[in-house]
Amino acid sequence: MDILTRISDTLIGGDDENVARLTRQAIDQGIPAKDILDRGLIGGMNTVGERFKVHEIFLPEVLLSARAMHAGLDEIKPLLIRDGVPSRGKVIIGSVQGDLHDIGKNLVGIMLKGAAFEVIDLGNDVAPESFVETATRENAVIIGMSALLTTTMPMMGSVVNLVREQGLGDRLKIIIGGAPVSEEYARQIGADAYGFDAANAVDRVKSLVGVN
Amino acid sequence: MKQLLERLTTGEILVADGAMGTLLFHKGLKPGDCPESVNLARPEIMEEIAGSYLAAGADIVQTNTFGGSSLKLAAYALGEAAEEINRNAVTAVRKVVGERAYVSGSCGPTGKILKPYGDADPEELYDSFHKQIQALVSAGADCVCVETMVDVKEATLAVRAAKEVSSGTPVMATMTFDATARGFYTIMGVDIKQAASGLEEAGADVVGSNCGNGIENMIKIAREFRECTGLPLIIQSNAGMPETKDGATVYRETPEFMADRAAELIDTGVSIIGGCCGTTPKHTAAMRKMVDTLTKR
Repeated sequence: MDILTRISDTLIGGDDENVARLTRQAIDQGIPAKDILDRGLIGGMNTVGERFKVHEIFLPEVLLSARAMHAGLDEIKPLLIRDGVPSRGKVIIGSVQGDLHDIGKNLVGIMLKGAAFEVIDLGNDVAPESFVETATRENAVIIGMSALLTTTMPMMGSVVNLVREQGLGDRLKIIIGGAPVSEEYARQIGADAYGFDAANAVDRVKSLVGVN
Repeated sequence: MKQLLERLTTGEILVADGAMGTLLFHKGLKPGDCPESVNLARPEIMEEIAGSYLAAGADIVQTNTFGGSSLKLAAYALGEAAEEINRNAVTAVRKVVGERAYVSGSCGPTGKILKPYGDADPEELYDSFHKQIQALVSAGADCVCVETMVDVKEATLAVRAAKEVSSGTPVMATMTFDATARGFYTIMGVDIKQAASGLEEAGADVVGSNCGNGIENMIKIAREFRECTGLPLIIQSNAGMPETKDGATVYRETPEFMADRAAELIDTGVSIIGGCCGTTPKHTAAMRKMVDTLTKR
């Protein structure tokens, strides 16, 4: 079996030590870091995302695979920087002000990292200004917001308005998610996309920034 | 007051109350506030809510302690106040219901994920639950309700902590399942069989499900639980999934609809029926009426 397939399979199995070992082995064989990333690590994480989407696997398996992906990523990161491989962009995520739910948001963060985005997680109870300031400072391309409470959902609209007021809407896109949120709600407040679950959120982010 | 478990074993059907959070927000809790902080600052709000569920005919009224474990409270820098928060919650409900209803000490997830998937040690979770339940029981809670669990390991740690605190206090334990194409699973991948056997083995006296996505799914969930355990069952359903309509949040399931389906839950062998998110004292009253008609008291 080719080593990139082995990396991908080992990542799907959630074995971080062996993903790191195989990644080093692939580097030693002279395989470009970009290929290790795309075909090995991201390839594996995509499968994990697909399986999670259809409930073949659950949160524990996703968490182990994500850890394995990071183990591999740590090995190739210096090479990616050296080779000047561009990141897919920075994504700012957080649960909106007043909301302390974070399992869904964390999951989206893990899956986005798995899709090679740089993720800055602002945590829970994030003020609208904080989303926008961080996005501006970090030159982010996406703000992703989660709300699990109907009472905190309107905060998403506040962020959308701030982004508009500051004229950032052309290059900074907004995606929202969470149990009470819907496609219709995203339209109402003027968000660019709605992700109905973590895997779908990643798909939507990819299409917002124009990558496959 | 007759013992809770004794009433269940003689085939009695009990009605538990409905949502807490929804009512707290109606009464002025601000987004971002810790729901359990009300127990410290405004215990009279807890008394009002308990009173409205008692008036609606609830046999079991819960304390406002869902996020009352010290680990969860720590997110609001209230970890040190855990004992007082839990004690006040029981006192407020007891003051209103007296011996006319059971005071159920609510105990929700810590928000931590256990190793190896997350970074929490089982001992850490157990201690946090133990501290909370110790406060609930010593303040006079009639039973403990471990609820909205998605990890059966975490749920069993809470059940064991409750039994360690007081082996004679009944423990109810409910988990929250998603409907998938392959059946019902929690987000952590726990199915109903694993939930039922895990909770029973840990010493739960009553098992079942709460929250979720509507009472029709709960009928299927109850049926599966019935096949897996001989313990009395409890079902506390959401009034459907929250939906947004013209900017406002609505739950689709009406009191009449839920009471009608709750009759089916009783047919399935459920002993305690109640509500979760989106239900109100009106839902409780409708369920009370249905149960009374069914048992012709």
